[in-house]
This record gives sequence, C-alpha cells and structure tokens, in this order.
Amino acid sequence: MTRSAVALRGARLSYGDRVLWDGLDLEIEPGEFIAVLGPNGSGKTSLMRVLLGLQPLSAGTVEIAGGNRRRIGYIPQQRAVDHSLTLRGRDLVGFGLDGHEWGTGLRGRGVRRRKVDEALAAVGATSYADAPIGLLSGGEQQRLRVAQALVGDPEVLLCDEPLLSLDLAHQRSVSDLIDARRRTADTAVLFVTHEINPVLPLVDRVLYLVEGRFRIGKPSEVMTSETLSELYRTNVEVVKVRDQILVVGACEEGQSHHLAGEDA
Amino acid sequence: MTFGQLLGIDFVQQALIAGAVLGLVAGVIGPLVVTRKMAFAVHGTSELAFTGGAAALLLGVSVGYGSLIGSVVAALLLGLLSQRDSDRDSVVGSILAFGLGLGILFVALYKGRTTNKFGLLTGQIIGVDTTNLWLLVGSSVGVLAVLAFIYRPLHFASVDPDVAVARGVPVKTLTIVFAVLVGVATALSVQIVGALLVLALMITPAAAACRVTASPLRATVLSVVFAEVAVLGGILLSLQPGLPVSAFVTAISFVIYLVCRAIGVRQRRST
Repeated sequence: MTRSAVALRGARLSYGDRVLWDGLDLEIEPGEFIAVLGPNGSGKTSLMRVLLGLQPLSAGTVEIAGGNRRRIGYIPQQRAVDHSLTLRGRDLVGFGLDGHEWGTGLRGRGVRRRKVDEALAAVGATSYADAPIGLLSGGEQQRLRVAQALVGDPEVLLCDEPLLSLDLAHQRSVSDLIDARRRTADTAVLFVTHEINPVLPLVDRVLYLVEGRFRIGKPSEVMTSETLSELYRTNVEVVKVRDQILVVGACEEGQSHHLAGEDA
Repeated sequence: MTFGQLLGIDFVQQALIAGAVLGLVAGVIGPLVVTRKMAFAVHGTSELAFTGGAAALLLGVSVGYGSLIGSVVAALLLGLLSQRDSDRDSVVGSILAFGLGLGILFVALYKGRTTNKFGLLTGQIIGVDTTNLWLLVGSSVGVLAVLAFIYRPLHFASVDPDVAVARGVPVKTLTIVFAVLVGVATALSVQIVGALLVLALMITPAAAACRVTASPLRATVLSVVFAEVAVLGGILLSLQPGLPVSAFVTAISFVIYLVCRAIGVRQRRST
C-alpha cells in the first residue's frame, strides 16, 4: 500500500482558550484533490500553516510528503505586484526550484535553465517569461505561480485561494493546470477556497470547517442542506442550479461568495 | 600639479583602490536595497555611521572603526525593531534623529581639525590611509562572501516573502543579516562620500539599473558598472579643482539615473 501524501491524526490547533479545530483526522492519497471550505476565521489558513511547517499543532500529528518539505509546492493568492519590480517570470519560477538553497549555485545553471523553461512551457507562459512581472495580468501571474510550485516536482500541492481576484476564464485555466498535474504526476492537492464552484468538477473530497466543527466527505455528502445546517447550527439551504452549488442562509460575512453571482 | 602627477600621489592611488572596491560592494548590494525599499534605512544607517565616526574622533581612535561600529549597531537596531514593513519608516526616522543629534554633540566637543568633522558628513579621500584601506578591503571581501552564500534565499525573501516563508526560507533572520551587511557597506562608503551622500553610491546606481532591465542579474551588473563610473569618475574629477569628491560622485550617478529613466520610459512605450 502506498503511503498517504498528507496524514493528520487527532490534530488540534488552539490559541489559548480558542480552539480552531480538534480531533481532525485527514488522510490524503496521492493524486487526490481536496477542497478546504469554510467562513473566514474558521482555521483554513492556520491549517495551511500547519501543513507548511510554520505552525506547530497543539495536539496530534501531521505527516506530509514523507517528511520532505522540499516536495511541497505552494500557490498563494494573486497579489498586486509593484510595476517597477526588477523580476521576470522566469526568475519567479526559478525561486521554486532553488530559491531556498544556500551558496552561489553557479554549477548546474544549464540544467536549471532547462527545468525552468519546461515549467514555463507547461503552463503556456513562455511568451511572457522575460517580461517584467509587474506588467503582467493577474491571470498570467497565477500561471507563473503554478509553474513556480510545479518546477520543484512536488508530491503535495498546497493552494491558498489561488483563484481569488481572477476572472472566470483564468479561474478555469489555472484550475485545469492544477488538475492536469495531479492526474499526470499523482500529486495530492489541498485547495483552500471560498468558492467551490470553479473547482467543483475536480474535487474528490471536501473539508468544511465552521467554528471548530468540521465535516469531511464527497461534495455530494457535505454540500447538503442537512450537513451544512448542522455545521453552521442554523438553517442553511443548499440549492443546485445547473452545475453550480448555491449556499443560502449562511450569509454571514465571508459567506456570500458562495453565491454564483459573484463569479460574473 | 598636473593630472599625471596627482595620480602618482599615494593617497590618490589608495582612494582609487578604495573607490573601486566600494563601487563593487555598493553596486552588488544596491539592487537588493532598492527591491526591499530600504533607501531610507540606508540613509538612517549612514547617519549612525557619522555618530560612530564622531565618537571615534572624540575618543581619538580610528574613525573607520568608529563608523563601522556605529552603522552595524544601527543596522541591528533597525533590523530588530522594524520586522514589519509598516513600522520601518518611523523606526528609522526616530533612530536617525537621535543618532544625528548625538553625533553633533560629539563633533561639538571635539577640539581637533574642523576638516575631519566636515569630512565625516561630506567625505574626503585623504581619510583613506593604509590602515583604513585594509579595513575597507577586508570588510568588503567579507560582505561579498556572505552575500554570495545567502544570495538566492535573500533574493527570494526580498521579492516573494510569502512563498519564501512557505518554502522554509528563514526570512526574518535574513532581514537582520542583510541589515548588518548594509551597515558594513554603508560605513565603508561614509569614508569616501560622507554620511550625507551614501545614497548616491548605494541607491542611485541600482535605481538607474532597475529602470532599464527586469533581469536581476543584468540589473546587478549594470548597477556595479554605474557605481564604479560614479565613484572613480568622481574621484578623478575632484583632484584638479580640489573640491569634495561627493559632489562629483552624486552628480555623475544622478546623470546616469536620468539617462536610464529616459531609456526606461522609451522601452516601456515600445513594448
């Protein structure tokens, strides 16, 4: 049997008296696509920090990528980049390969260049790889982010709201790139998002976090009126409209984006 | 004296060697300083180098060591107190003001030659004697060696801190280490161009280079070339009229900056 890409066992995270989640058991198989959903402050970002090794658990254990954190790829959300930043797309991608390494790295520059070129080509970013990064669109920057995360040949891909602030077409193309990777290379994907609809067809399982309560399961099991009402402890209605899931009634701050209307 | 005779003088030759070494260090560090938006921090550090130098004058020890200690202490303070970008401006401002005040007190208490005092602020090539030259070369080699070792993670942390943290780069530690490197480089520059004009060597050439290329490597090479032209050209031009070096260094680097800005604007229009 192959080992899990990610294994959380009895995981608990608390700050003082405040418990973000407790008793969290989650095993992610290679090639599996997990979406992490929940309102703001439910501990999605903290979960990400735990998996990245930046935040110790209060209790329980975490194993990821066989203990080799270099085999973790990370895609952050798109942020505005300074227009005058002295950096090209290929430099950003190069960071994903050896940005963490000490020393000059003068040997092996040929191999490095080839790997970066391949990663750029794989996301279709070759044509703008040498342009100043601050002049690229948000979608182009996120493609580079995908290349940056994939160039290190990750076993686990952690994505923190990578589609935020992208338009629909770019949401589609970026999530397709991530999906292609897990299919060809069996990379496990943990995808933190506010908005499940752009990735709904790709998702194997959902981890839904609400105020310390959580539920793990297939989208069809978790994204139901019954389950979400239980999680939110209020009357929540889940409506399917064509291929979209709408969550109604959990409209506290940070929840409204479940409405498909925000996509457009 | 003719120009050729001037070039034969020991202290002129020492100044040229010192200038060449400085141009290299400042040129390499500059693009990182610009990327990290640390121009004001560099200025603050150089004011503290002045304070250290003034204290050294008063105590009768080498000004080179005084300014080195002053700016490294300043760099450590800035690195430790301003981990958050939002704090940095006000922290630098407060430390700079206090340090400058202290330096003026030391200078006022000093009873020696006034040119020594003035030299700390505006630079003087006579200040580079053999001892200082060795200190300068030694420190420069040290700075470049450390920089070569930490360059990739430092660059990563400077332009892409969120992902760098996620990839396990010790971003906070690097901030402090880099601040110390900047401190050392600043203290060295103070000896040639003076505390007030370190920016002309550490910022202007790099800012000019970043205008014309988006490649970090090319920007660094250009920044070194610009810094060398400014500092060596400045020293040579200052010899005959006997005017302060810093005036010429700043003038040359500013002209380069203006030219690069113009080229940068044309490049962006054509793409």
